[in-house]
Amino acid sequence: MAVKVRIPTPLRKLTEGKGEVEGTGKTIGDLLEDLDGKFPGIRERLCDESGNLRRFVNIYVNEEDIRFRQGKETILSDGDEISIVPAIAGG
Amino acid sequence: MLKIPSDIVDEMIAHARVDFPRECCGILAGKDDGISHIYQMTNTDRSRVSYLMDPKEQIKVFKEIRTLGLELKAIYHSHPNHPAYPSTTDVELAYYPEAVYLIISINNSRETKIRGFRILDEEITEAELSFPPHHG
Repeated sequence: MAVKVRIPTPLRKLTEGKGEVEGTGKTIGDLLEDLDGKFPGIRERLCDESGNLRRFVNIYVNEEDIRFRQGKETILSDGDEISIVPAIAGG
Repeated sequence: MLKIPSDIVDEMIAHARVDFPRECCGILAGKDDGISHIYQMTNTDRSRVSYLMDPKEQIKVFKEIRTLGLELKAIYHSHPNHPAYPSTTDVELAYYPEAVYLIISINNSRETKIRGFRILDEEITEAELSFPPHHG
């Protein structure tokens, strides 16, 4: 599935400055692997050592948080819009 | 210089007072150096020492900001009984270099002080703020 992925400012160093990139994958997990192939290091910024989404990273498929769907197993459809959005948090 | 109209400043302070002694948080949006919109957000941490904006609200607000042709200008949160200066956690979790981080210090007497900072690569720089009177 070909999808559009919105990249937040802090990760654009990895995407040659691009705010939106194209990716493919059957699921979010596949998509992250595809993106990591194109933009090495991006997956590590989004997932921890065991492959789980980091606490302060939100990924949305068409504005729906994947935590409320099937996480990295969330199935993608052609034309889906994926947004990687850092949490807004602090102390 | 970030210009925050006085009515929006009043709303931020009111938010900090209502949520005291817990931290409040929110987003300011606008164009160029002016602010036109304030979004009070839910602090899902419900804590006196931390905040985490509700991700569901966050994406909704981001979408509205884009639809209105605005930009995310500032992120505010309160420091109940702590100075208006970024904490270590604030610096670690500063993922929005394009925004000014506004911190509202509020004490037991509900006195407040607001300061703004840019946080880039763990470096804190004070941002100049002005509070023009609200017209209309």
